[in-house]
Formats: sequence, C-alpha cells, structure tokens
Amino acid sequence: MSVRQWAADLMLGVRFAFTGGREGWTRAVLTAVGVGLGVALLLLTTAIPNALTVRHEREAARSDITFALEPMPKANDTLVIADTDNSFRDQDVRGRALEPEGPRAPLPPGVEKFPAVGEMVVSPALKELLESDSGALLRERLPDRIVGTIAEEGLIGSAELAYYRGAEGLAEQITSGRIERIDRFGDPEPGEEKSDPVLLLLILVVFVVLLMPVAVFIAAAVRFGGERRDRRLAALRLVGSDSRMTRRIAAGEAMAGAFLGLLFGAGFFMVGRQLAGSAEVFRISVFPSYLNPSPLLALLVAVAVPAAAVLVTLFALRGVVIEPLGVVRAGRPARRRLWWRLLLPLAGLAMLYPMIGNGRDNGDFNQYLVTGGVVLLLVGVTALLPWIVESVVARLGSGGVAWQLAVRRLQLSSGTAARMVNGIAVAVAGAIALQMLFAGVDDDYTKSTGQDVSRAQMEAILPSGVPMDQAAEKFRDTKGVKGVFTFSEGWLGDRRQDPDHGTTVTVGDCASLREIAGLPSCADGDVFAVHGAQWDAGEDVAKLVTPGRKLYLDPSYEGGPKSHEIPWTVPEGVKAAKPRTGLLAGTDRGGVLITPKALPDALAPALDGHAYLRLDESVPDVHDLVRNTTAAIDPLANAMTWAATERTDRFDAIRTGLFVGAACVLALIGASLLVSQLEQLRERKKLLSALVAFGTRRRTLSLSVLWQTAIPIVLGLLLSMIVGLTLGTVLLKMTGTPVRVDWAGVLSMTGIGAAVVLVVTLCSLPPLLRLMRPEGLRTE
Amino acid sequence: MSIGHTLLGLLESGPRHGYDLKRAFDEKFGHDRPLHYGQVYSTMSRLLKNGLVVVDGIEAGGGPERKRYAITDDGITDVQRWLATPEKPEPYLQSTLYTKVVLALLTHRDAADILDTQRSEHLRSMRILTDRKRKGDLADQLICDHALFHLEADLRWLELTAARLDKLREAVTR
Amino acid sequence: MTPPAGSLLSADQLRKAYGPTLALDGAEFSIHPGEVVAVMGPSGSGKSTLLHCLAGIVTPDSGTITYNGRELSAMSDAQRSALRRSDFGFVFQFGQLVPELTCVENVALPLRLNGTSRKEAERAALTWMERLEVDDLRKKRPGEVSGGQGQRVAVARSLVTNPRVLFADEPTGALDSLNGERVMELLTDAARSTNAAVVLVTHEARVAAYSDREIVVRDGKSRDMERVV
Repeated sequence: MSVRQWAADLMLGVRFAFTGGREGWTRAVLTAVGVGLGVALLLLTTAIPNALTVRHEREAARSDITFALEPMPKANDTLVIADTDNSFRDQDVRGRALEPEGPRAPLPPGVEKFPAVGEMVVSPALKELLESDSGALLRERLPDRIVGTIAEEGLIGSAELAYYRGAEGLAEQITSGRIERIDRFGDPEPGEEKSDPVLLLLILVVFVVLLMPVAVFIAAAVRFGGERRDRRLAALRLVGSDSRMTRRIAAGEAMAGAFLGLLFGAGFFMVGRQLAGSAEVFRISVFPSYLNPSPLLALLVAVAVPAAAVLVTLFALRGVVIEPLGVVRAGRPARRRLWWRLLLPLAGLAMLYPMIGNGRDNGDFNQYLVTGGVVLLLVGVTALLPWIVESVVARLGSGGVAWQLAVRRLQLSSGTAARMVNGIAVAVAGAIALQMLFAGVDDDYTKSTGQDVSRAQMEAILPSGVPMDQAAEKFRDTKGVKGVFTFSEGWLGDRRQDPDHGTTVTVGDCASLREIAGLPSCADGDVFAVHGAQWDAGEDVAKLVTPGRKLYLDPSYEGGPKSHEIPWTVPEGVKAAKPRTGLLAGTDRGGVLITPKALPDALAPALDGHAYLRLDESVPDVHDLVRNTTAAIDPLANAMTWAATERTDRFDAIRTGLFVGAACVLALIGASLLVSQLEQLRERKKLLSALVAFGTRRRTLSLSVLWQTAIPIVLGLLLSMIVGLTLGTVLLKMTGTPVRVDWAGVLSMTGIGAAVVLVVTLCSLPPLLRLMRPEGLRTE
Repeated sequence: MSIGHTLLGLLESGPRHGYDLKRAFDEKFGHDRPLHYGQVYSTMSRLLKNGLVVVDGIEAGGGPERKRYAITDDGITDVQRWLATPEKPEPYLQSTLYTKVVLALLTHRDAADILDTQRSEHLRSMRILTDRKRKGDLADQLICDHALFHLEADLRWLELTAARLDKLREAVTR
Repeated sequence: MTPPAGSLLSADQLRKAYGPTLALDGAEFSIHPGEVVAVMGPSGSGKSTLLHCLAGIVTPDSGTITYNGRELSAMSDAQRSALRRSDFGFVFQFGQLVPELTCVENVALPLRLNGTSRKEAERAALTWMERLEVDDLRKKRPGEVSGGQGQRVAVARSLVTNPRVLFADEPTGALDSLNGERVMELLTDAARSTNAAVVLVTHEARVAAYSDREIVVRDGKSRDMERVV
C-alpha cells in the first residue's frame, strides 16, 4: 500500500468532513470544539510545571536574604533593605524599604530606579488596588508617591501585590533581623523548590477531572453522524473501494475534526493564557508569559490528539462491517462482563491507597500514581456504566406504551445510550470529587488556626525603641479596638553564646501581666517567675531563675549575627507565679515577668514590643485599621491577625469557577447529545409519522424520548455520585483532611447533570413534534 | 400458437386417439377456447400427409372409427425445431388506441377521456383475471399472469400517453 | 354536495396546497363499507395527499370529509387521532414497524395505544398474525424478517383494531410481485371478511386490480371511473 494512496484516502475523508452540508460541518465544529478544549487543557497542563519553575526562579532572583553571620560593611555598592511584608484584607502584600548606600547599590529586579524617600514603585496589581476605592485603606498605610511600576521580572505573578519604597536610617537597625545590608539580589544558592503537595494534587486532579470528560466527549464526537457516514462509506464500497480504504476514509473524516480542533485548541489556549494572567487561585497568580508549554510536549499534543481521534474512529468501526449495500454491525455483541470493568476503578483505588495521609506530613504525592489512579477511577465510570445500563434495562418491567418503546430501544442499544451519558457521568463524578476536595482543604485551611481568640485577636510587633505607652495609646484610639495589652518580650539564656537553657522574659504592667499569669499580688517593681508552663521552656525556669544568677538577654547563636548579649542578674525576691492559659489561644506563657520599674534601662534595646489587641470584629476592615495604626507607629512594625477568619469568599470563587467549568463541559456534552439525538430522530422520521398516522399521541412519543434519556442518565448520575464521593473521600484522606461530604455540592453537580438531560430533551421536542407531522409520510 | 406443433408435442408421450388429443389440449392450453374437433382432424390429416405422424391403428367401435396417431422421427425433429426457434416478439406497432387518441386530438375531442375510459376497461379485465387467478390453480395463475402483464403494459402506455398528451397535441396539430 | 347514500367515508371539493404546489384541487371521493377502492394516478398527482386527508392525518385547506355521518374537518387533532386509533388502520410502503419492538409487540401496539392491556393486546395480535401467516415471527424484530413478512406484519397491525376503514399507501411498493400479490390477497381477504373498507393508493395496475373500482387522481383532481362509465 503506497503512501500516496493512504494520503489520498485520508484527504477524501477530510473533504467529506466539511462537505457534508450543515450536518457535516456542525459535526466537524462540535468535534473541533471538543478536541480544542482538550488540546487547550493539555497545553495548559504541560505549561504548569514551567510556570511554577519560572515563579520559583523569579522568587530566587529577588531574594535579599544574605545568610551572613556578620552584617557586611557599608560600601558604595551596598543597599540596606527592610522586609515590610504586610497584609491587606486576606491578601499578602510584599513590601521592602530600600536605602541605597552608594551609586552602585543593586537595583531589585524589575525596578529601574531607586525610589527616593517618600516615593515607591509598586506592582501593577497593587497600583490598581491603591487607586481603587477599595484600596483607600491600604493607601493610608502606603502614602508614598507612586513613581513607577515593578516590571514583570520582579514579580512572581500578575496579581502579586508588592512595593519598594524609599527609606532612610535603616542602617542603624540592621540587627533587628528584618533588615539586611546586601550588595546584590538573588539567592546565592537557589535550591529546588518543594511545592506544596496538596496544591500539586489539586492541580493534577483539576486537570484530570476536566480532561476526562473532554476525552470522553471527543470519543463520542468523532462518532457523530455515524449512520450517515456509514451509508456514505457503503456507497464508497459500492463504487469499488475496499474495506481498508473505507476505514482510512473514515479516519480521515475524524482527523479533519481533530485538526480543526488543534487550531481551536491553540486559540483557546491563547485566550486561556491571557485569562490566566488575571486569575488568582490559592493565592497563586501567573503571568501569561509563564505559561509556555515546552515545545516537545506541545508537539506531542499536536501529534497525539489527531492520532487519538483516528484511533477512536477505527476502534468504533471494529465491530462494523461496511458492505457495498449497507453497514452490518457485527451480530449481537457478547453480554458485557463485569469483572474487568470493576477492575478499573479498583485498580485506581489501589494506586491512590498508598498515598493516604501523605499530605499531612508534607510528604510527596507520586504524580503518576495520582494521575493514574484518578484516571482509572473515572475511566471506571465509562466502563461500568454500559454494564449497569445493560443489566438494569434488561430487568426493567412492563409499563405504558411510552415506557415500553423507551425500554425496548434501550435494550436494543444500551451501548449507545450509555455512551451518550458517559461524558456527563464522568464530568459529574470528577466535579463532585473535586468539590469535596476543595471544600475539605479549604475547611482545613481556616480551621487549622482555630484558636481561642476571645481575649485578643491581633498582635502587633513593634521594633525595640518604640515607646510602648504611646503605641498603646494609638492602638486604643483606633476604631474597633476594645482592649490593648502591651508587653516587651525577649529571650534569656544562661550563656552569652549558644546557651543550653533559656526562657522568655516579658515586661509589662500589672494589669497586662495578669492576663498571662496568675499573680499572687502585683506592684510595679515586682519580678515573677512562672513555673510549669508548657511553652517558653517553662521547665528551665526553676533552673535559671535563682537569685543572683547572671543571665544574658538576647544571646547569640552559632551561625547567626552577633546579638545584644546583655547581662542581667536575677534579683532577690522573685515571686512565683502560675501560668495562665493564653491571651493567645492554647498557649500559656512561662519564664520571667518583669514590671516596668524593675526593668534595668540597659535591657530595653533587646526587647521587642508586642501589643495584643482585643477587637470588635463587627467593625468593617478592623484588621486593616489596626495595620494602618501599626504602620503609623513604625513603618517597620508588623501586625499579625490571630483570628480564624472565614475565608468563604475565596472558596466561593473556586466553587464558582468549578461550576462554570463543569457547566461548560456539560453544556458541550449536552450539545453533542442534542446533535446525536436529533440525528437519531431524523432517521426515524418515517416511523414517527407512521406512528402518528395510526393515532399515537404526541405525549406518548415525547415521553418515550424523555424516558430514553432519563433512564441512562439517572443510572449515570447514581454511578457518578458513588464514584465521585469515593474519589473525594480518598483524595481528602490523602491530604489528611477530615472527610466531610459537601451535599450541597453533590446535589448541585448532579442537578446540573440532570438539567442538561432535561434541556436536551426539551430542545429535541420541537424537532420531534415537527417530525411527527404527517408531511413525514410524503415520499414524493 | 401453432396447433400442429402442440398436438405433435402431445403425441411425443405416446400414441393417442384424436379425441384424446383434443381433451389433452383443452385441459392444458385451451382454457379460454376449446379446440373444435374438426380442427384436430384437419391438422392431423396435414401432419399425416407430411409424414410427421403415422396412423398407429384404427379402432372400430360403436361410434365413428377412431384413428390412433403416433409421432414419427421426423415429427420429433419438427417439434424440437419448433421449440428451439424463439418466438418473434410482437411489434405492436399498429395500435388502434394510438389512432383513436390522435384522431381525438385532431378533431379537438378530449383525448384524456378516451385514455381514462380505456384504462377503466383494462382494469375491468384485470380485475376479472385477478379474480380468476385467486380462485384457480397454478396453471390458471400463470395464464392469467401472462395476460395481466400484457394488460399492465398497455396501462403503462396509457399512463405515459396521458402524461404526454399536451406534447402529442402540439405534434399532431402543427 | 351531500355524501352519496350508504357511503362510509366521502370527501367533496378537497383542496390542499403544500407551499406553492397544489396537491389537491377539488378532489372527490366516496367509499362504502366492505368496498376496496384503488386510488390511482401518476407520481405527484396527489394520491397520497388524498389518503392523508381522508384519514384525518392532514387537514385540507378547504372541502368536506364525512366519515360515518361526522364531519372530519370539524374535529380537533386529538379527536382525529382517537378516530384513527379506533376506526382506521394503516399500511404504508415501508418504515412503519418500530425496529425495537418484536413483531407481536408491533402488531399489538395500536390496541395498547387504545388502552388494551398488554396480554390481551398480544393475544389479539397473535390471532391476526396467524391469519396473515406470520405467527412464527412473533418473537423476531422487524430487522430480522424479510420485506414481505414485515409487510404482512404491518397488515396484521393495521387490522388488529378491527378498523372500519383500512388505508393502504403503496403497500406493495417495496415488494417483488409475488410477495406483493400475496400481501394484496391477504389484505383484501381480511378486509372483506371484516367488512372493512379499503382505500388503496397505488400506481401499479396489477395491485389496483384487487380493488372493486378505481378513481384516478390527476393534477389534484379526482375522477371516479365508475360514474364515468
């Protein structure tokens, strides 16, 4: 067989695909859309590892951590940089204050010129936020004039909020840990990034779940218009093409749709790539430029998809004998067997099983096992469904005429019926599992901080040297703050360097101290030792706090910069105190408590100020009001939220996204259902007219069409619920998340699936009624 | 139909009397029109003269004398030749009906009427034949079918002519 | 015009247009109980349209159809459907058997549409299948039987409700002459035995010869040959 003959046959098929009239190109376009979606998803999938790598590289390139023991000396190529990371609402804001110390100071990536004091350069997303009404509150905190934007190479995502602001006087505070002197940006030894296994799992599952129904859809789409194609092939046989030629021509037809699909796919991918630039999922956004699939993988997709389309066609034709005078389906196929169909999902479970619990201890998920397992489980749906439909339909009893017509038809062609709903079943099963996973993981996210936050909900850390009473005053004046407890905290060790034992030292007035310990009595000037606390090395307290013992505040550690190492002698008359559980939930505080009068002035520089704030959470944006106050007290100060705020809005966005995605896939499948339904009805035009002629009620026929789709879809949805819930449970167990069924999600997904069928039936009713008109009897 | 050849053929299975021959002929072929004995007699005389049959014997009885005829070798050859010669298909080129239609057109009468009436008449015949066929045996069926097919052919011609009347009118009145 | 005396089904001045094409243009028709009337005419002459109008499948644009003293064109679609279920039977050229149902289920279908129980309907169906000599096919599906057998099954189905009028539209059109004649014999015998009227649309004279009389439809106009002669 010559290559030319092959090519000629395939080309003939391609021509048929587009010249088959309206039906022909509808089929070609639907196939192409399906293939296109598949291709776009595949391309996105292949681009994701690349995107994560680029993000990691960008992150490393702007790293400003030196790991140096000693601060490097000031030079004309050094820069003092302060980490002023912050939060706004539930978004992180990356912030740096810059103070160049010479003309050759390194510029951060993506920044053209150092902002002067009172100026800042911001990321486009932050700029947009600051200029919007909703960003007004943040603007208060970042009042500097915006003199430019950070270019793409300085950001790790299109939605990242980041700024660099000019600063002065940072050099004096270098020891505080959040400030460093550097002579270049970039991680000197960038390591392999270890991505969050749960995130990776989510990405994998999302793509498998979206790809599977598309694959099923493609498999169904290349069979569109099968009957008509069969007739055409038979006609070709009649004029002398042999059976291999007709098969090649059929393959050519399928290939045409697939190639068109490749074009569509490239288009979808480009659009999706742009859209991806504006989306943020789990706080990760990417730039479109990150999403460049590796050429090899893209090539693989371009070859594999049309090849798959051709293979599916040939597979579908395997039981068909195309004779010159018509198409003969190989006799009644053997009764479907259950065992190998069950084997698929079981194998899938077996692949997933070893990874149960891996997510909790931050272990790895084997990507191949995860993908393989999920794919097998979902493929199991498509394998099990025909068997279930066949066995159930075979047992369905008698009923009215409509029921009888539907059941008989299903009995005769349960495979076709199952194939029609396979896509929907797979999509729904996947969506249910995914939604369970999302809901569970998200739940976990918000609940893991689940602290008792009844007494304080925020903590502001103020650098040493900030007068605490003034700070407390400012917090008290902030709207929404109901109570303020301020402490200065530090760490005591038994040696200057590398102490063996150590404990916390907390300085505060009596009222504040009573919040964290049970004091027998308290007067300014007292010193207490809290024994037996779980935290703060409470067991060391007895050893360390003996009158006259010399301890060192802020000791140095090997490998770290030299710290204050201020000696402090334990005074006489230290009173014993009992630990009291948490100003901050669950934690009690041990160590040494000192009232202000008992505090030697020398210790002050080694103590950080901590303000614990009790908030009225009903005040809108109370957290950001506090952050603003914190920033006003000291730009380097940081405020942390301890409250376990619900992040439902974030989940809502994902749920909406999932819904839209699932709905789109289902709509596509619905469209294909409709096309094949109409095709089927058209083929029965004569019969329908004859049935109407001898008095069949339209209702009877409409009902039979409804039953015909409803029976397999109900079975399909039941199966997809079982598989979906199983998969969801396994995935949750893998991430170590407590299993909880999101019934609302399950119902809404099955609801969408059922709605698709209903819509398809409704849409096929007008043509059905039209076909039932007596004109159908006219032969001339 | 050649009666001589038919009678000869009947003799091939064995010698027969004249009346026997007539009965056998009527039974098999003469459904519509039984043979007159006179025709049998004259035909046999001719065959005898031509040496295709011989008189096998004469039976004297109560009635007229009865000759038994037997076929000769020449006779068998003759039958053989006759059977092997294909019948000339009827040319049907002279058709009264066609003449009637053209005349009607020339005299501006309704030619369609003539055709319809003729069809009705044909159908009437066909109904009778169909009815006979339903009641008769296989031989009846085959004979009636032969006739029915011919009548059907006429009817087809009628239909075709009816469909082309306008053209025909143009052609004949020009 | 009043319907001819004793006629079961009659039509007068029927007009029906499909778009610009006039299918019927003043056609007339009448049939008596037990009578077999052939509707003849060239292709596209309006034969089938006449049958569809007479059977109440299609409503004519104008004209009257009277069945058993009732005016068909005055009935609603539901009433006409009910009439077709109860009083009329149909045989078409092809494509009329439901391929998923077995032969006996197909024959029983009209009875079931009338509300007869499945068991009873299938028993009656079997009786008719015996009369049409196809009772051995009861478990087969239409795809598994020959054209002639299928057509006999269809005839059985058309007669199972004991219709008073049987409409047959080119019932032998897809059959060879031997099978066609057998179907015609069985059909007319069965109809005569139940005194049903048969409206037989055909373009084949040999099929029309099974009728008692014929009418000719040409260009939408009908011609009753009995009245002419």
